[in-house]
Amino acid sequence: MLIPHPLLGPRDAQEFTYLGDAALIDRPDGLAADAAERFFDYGYLRDNPPGEHRELWFHEQGDRSWLVVTRNITTHEIVRVELARDVALARGRGR
Amino acid sequence: MRYSGFRIIREALTGHRGWGPAWRDPVPQAAYDYVIVGGGGHGLATAYYLAKTYGKARIAVLEKGWIGSGNAGRNTTIIRSNYLLDGNEPFYELSMQLWEGLEQELNYNAMISQRGILNLCHSDGQRDAYRRRGNAMRLNGVDAELLDRDGVRAMAPFLDFDNARFPIKGGLVQRRAGTARHDAVVWGYARGADRLGVDIIQNCEVTGMRIEGGRILGLETTRGFIGAGKVGVAVAGNSSRVMAMAGMRLPMESHVLQAFVSEGLKPLIPGVITFGAGHFYVSQSDKGGLVFGGDIDGYNSYAQRGNLPVVEDVCEGGMALMPMIGRARLLRIWGGIMDMSMDGSPIIDRTDVDGLYFNGGWCYGGFKATPGSGLCFAHLLATDSPQATAAAMRLDRFRRGLLIDEKGVGNQPNLH
Ligand SMILES: Cc1cc2nc3c(=O)[nH]c(=O)nc-3n(C[C@H](O)[C@H](O)[C@H](O)COP(=O)(O)OP(=O)(O)OC[C@H]3O[C@@H](n4cnc5c(N)ncnc54)[C@H](O)[C@@H]3O)c2cc1C
Repeated sequence: MLIPHPLLGPRDAQEFTYLGDAALIDRPDGLAADAAERFFDYGYLRDNPPGEHRELWFHEQGDRSWLVVTRNITTHEIVRVELARDVALARGRGR
Repeated sequence: MRYSGFRIIREALTGHRGWGPAWRDPVPQAAYDYVIVGGGGHGLATAYYLAKTYGKARIAVLEKGWIGSGNAGRNTTIIRSNYLLDGNEPFYELSMQLWEGLEQELNYNAMISQRGILNLCHSDGQRDAYRRRGNAMRLNGVDAELLDRDGVRAMAPFLDFDNARFPIKGGLVQRRAGTARHDAVVWGYARGADRLGVDIIQNCEVTGMRIEGGRILGLETTRGFIGAGKVGVAVAGNSSRVMAMAGMRLPMESHVLQAFVSEGLKPLIPGVITFGAGHFYVSQSDKGGLVFGGDIDGYNSYAQRGNLPVVEDVCEGGMALMPMIGRARLLRIWGGIMDMSMDGSPIIDRTDVDGLYFNGGWCYGGFKATPGSGLCFAHLLATDSPQATAAAMRLDRFRRGLLIDEKGVGNQPNLH
């Protein structure tokens, strides 16, 4: 697979490591009253749907950026790639 | 019809006109007491033991394609019970013992061959880890032997013992492990279940669940609604998709795993051999093909085919372990979809929906579990309590922090 990196252009997927569902960006508040339940959900439960899947890839052997890749996991076609930083900021995360 | 040597001779002399289909092709009834979703090894074994061991009737198995078209027909056929943790080992040993009597039980030749498995170690630390695993196995009453370098050399002289980076220091052997013919296991259980009255319904995809007042009433399928008293789901790589029909999210990701077969060669590899310094394992089928594989590709996939980097990685492992493999030509490569759980171990449990039960999370190692999984899932469906050896394989273990994590890598499925 080639991942079209927003800054570097097409890169071999072998340069990346894979973390999982992009929902992992939304880390729960560890001090909230229901933190245990929310971390169970965050740590263990996944939607795991067929078709389009938003997921986190780390450009470990490249510029070390985190990407949010939208990929059709039934065909392996890559639909969209964003910098995870931009996605996180757009979701109201401070850093 | 019972199969026997006598029967083969009689059929040979009469032009093989007496063989009939091994199972019926029934029209689905309006309702069953037990409906099993998924006609892989686990679903068929569940139906078989429900009827045979637990004396239940009115059972159907619903399969979206043909039976064995999923992972049951795609795996590399290794059976073993060499696990470390108490949550797993007694279960896999139960399964191993069921394998040992399976052909007599089913009156079917599943080509079970206890040719042994040899896990190689390449460092002192790894030898210690294998010693610990072997001791854990023996504490559970399972055979395990630690071999030194000469012991390994006597078994497999063709390995690259003095590889500069990965010298072979020894290995852990389970002699009762081996291989079985995967398709024959599916067919044997299907025939056995059918003879006990189970309806095996192929080309019948489950598309929805009818749940009212917290209780399952039946399943929407491509062949119409089928009512059910109890539903057991055993759909391996499709677990998240099917359980989403009941509004559930599972501790699971679906990943692709590839397997490889070479051209047929003369007998070469005595049993199953696993490389300890990279992910590569190999055995030889009775037809002579070298059957081998390695890691999952490492990203979510429902594609039943993988990518080339893993092909390269697996072949590198093979070359490091036994350079002569470079002379063999590859015949076929394929992929299957793994139900990778968050701790690498399976789940056999009830759900919060009355009458709905779940079996999955087998990762890349559920073929060996087929008989045990069927027996334990049937036990759960029939009695509403977990079978003793599967008591740790609960769905709530993730919430409660009671993971069964053989490799100790945590909730990262592509590392298991
Ligand atoms: C390449 C490869 C190598 C492997 N090697 C080994 C090995 O050496 N040793 C080992 O122990 N394990 C191995 N495994 C793992 C093992 O094959 C699986 O864990 C095991 O087969 C899963 O159980 P099953 O047989 O019931 O699954 P499957 O055969 O996948 O059965 C599930 C069935 O459910 C059906 N289904 C799905 N959705 C629906 C629906 N909506 N309605 C109706 N039916 C549905 C599917 O069509 C499928 O037939 C390997 C797997 C692969 C892919």
